[in-house]
Amino acid sequence: MKNYFKNIYQAIVTILIGLGVTFRHLFVHAVTIQYPHVKRELPPRSRQKLFVNIDDCIGCLQCARACPVDCITIETIKAGKDEDLGVTSNGQKKRLHVVKFDIDMSLCCYCADCVFPCPTECIYMTPEYEFATYNREDLLIHFAKYTPEQIDALRQREQQKKEALAKAKAARANTAASESKKPNPNTAKS
Amino acid sequence: MVPSLGFFFKLIPGLAHWPSWLVITLVGVVLAGLIFAFIALFAIVGIWLERKVSGHMQDRLGPMEVGGWHGWAQTIADTIKLLIKEDIVPEKADKFLFKIAPYIVFSATMGTFAVIPWSRKFIPADLNVGLLYILSISSLGVIGIIMGGWASNNKWSLYGAMRSAAQIISYEIPISLSLIAVILISGTLDMQEIVRQQSGTLFSWNVFHYFPFAFIAFIIYFIASLAEVNRTPFDLPEAESELVAGFHTEYSGMRWAFFQLAEYGNMFVVSAISTVVFLGGWQPIFGFLSFIPGVFWFLGKAFILVFVQMWFRWTLPRLRVDQLMYTSWKVLTPFSFALILIIAFWKVL
Repeated sequence: MKNYFKNIYQAIVTILIGLGVTFRHLFVHAVTIQYPHVKRELPPRSRQKLFVNIDDCIGCLQCARACPVDCITIETIKAGKDEDLGVTSNGQKKRLHVVKFDIDMSLCCYCADCVFPCPTECIYMTPEYEFATYNREDLLIHFAKYTPEQIDALRQREQQKKEALAKAKAARANTAASESKKPNPNTAKS
Repeated sequence: MVPSLGFFFKLIPGLAHWPSWLVITLVGVVLAGLIFAFIALFAIVGIWLERKVSGHMQDRLGPMEVGGWHGWAQTIADTIKLLIKEDIVPEKADKFLFKIAPYIVFSATMGTFAVIPWSRKFIPADLNVGLLYILSISSLGVIGIIMGGWASNNKWSLYGAMRSAAQIISYEIPISLSLIAVILISGTLDMQEIVRQQSGTLFSWNVFHYFPFAFIAFIIYFIASLAEVNRTPFDLPEAESELVAGFHTEYSGMRWAFFQLAEYGNMFVVSAISTVVFLGGWQPIFGFLSFIPGVFWFLGKAFILVFVQMWFRWTLPRLRVDQLMYTSWKVLTPFSFALILIIAFWKVL
């Protein structure tokens, strides 16, 4: 019997304590951040969307090689001997046309391993994180500034150069072959 | 019906010359429309308030976007969504029972509004057995709940419905007994008369009669009414974490909305009954404040009780089934019997 009344007393008291707690919290300032209107300040060095300052890129491919998920695709074409592509902001001479610099943000794992090897510090993480798209292809970001016509022209030039080189090589090989046709006294014996 | 007819005759004098059957039908339809509008409006405001109260009690904000100021239009948007939603009836369900169940639950709720005195003059139907009428019709809703749970052909729904039946049968007893304690004080079942007897100051309300015994009766009524309207800590019939949504698991769209309307309507009804029976209905707190219309006092007191219901909901966890039965049969019922005895003795002395 004593236990029964004690039970009821405890029930009432604990309910009142609980009601007190919730009533106090009714006036506690809410911890919610109204996200699209108010944004939380990101911590320093937080890693979000990648950005490439393509004017500083020398096409060294170090970032593409460092990437653990292969989300960076770079294509370069050598500059001609008389061409001057300018210098980067830290004074390095640019020797390659960077005709393609694609980063697939849908593959990126935000490790920032590509950021550290860059000799010109042209690839880095920006604080931008709101780049959701309706289409996955839209996450493939193109940084190269060359138009398709320019790229075609450069490719053709490269092709011609290669062909010329191949021809020269073939010619050299021919002369070498014709020289080797002369009987060699050592091999003839054996 | 007579007082409300008189009310309408005073409002539109030409109405008195019409045939009485037409006038009675017309007044009835208008009153039903008004009550429905009130329930719908109360549900819209109540759901918004519930979400805000729960949010702030958990240090959140609740809805903030729709409509501008603190998301006031959130429930209106939700209502529109529910109205245009597909009405799904499960293939293996008992179609007829499934379709009418929400309306039975809702009409039971709406029926109780008939005898609630809103102010000194306005009461839709001034029955001399108003309290008995409310007690009998408010337990009708459980039939709709069982119908919905059974017709859904779903084990969770049936569990919820059976729990609801067990719960309401158990809690009807403390409700009736605690109200009998008040009937002993006022000596009438007429809602308007009960309120009229509590005129004067705060301390002539029934809660402060035979202090503290009527107050304990009020507490018992409040706890049992929480169980009657299936609200936390007694929300076993719809226990989300155990039974998905209990008896309305299979419902969608407008039929589900009717269950929700009934729930919020019931919340208001039980608060209105405790206001009328224990807290002086439309009587002002002090006599000199009687220039403020009675509707204000009535709604104010009822809304405070609705807030307390929400407060309980966001404080207490759900009871187990055995704890529910323990609370009803071993605590509330003996206590209310004791109260009846004590108050009866005191009255005789």
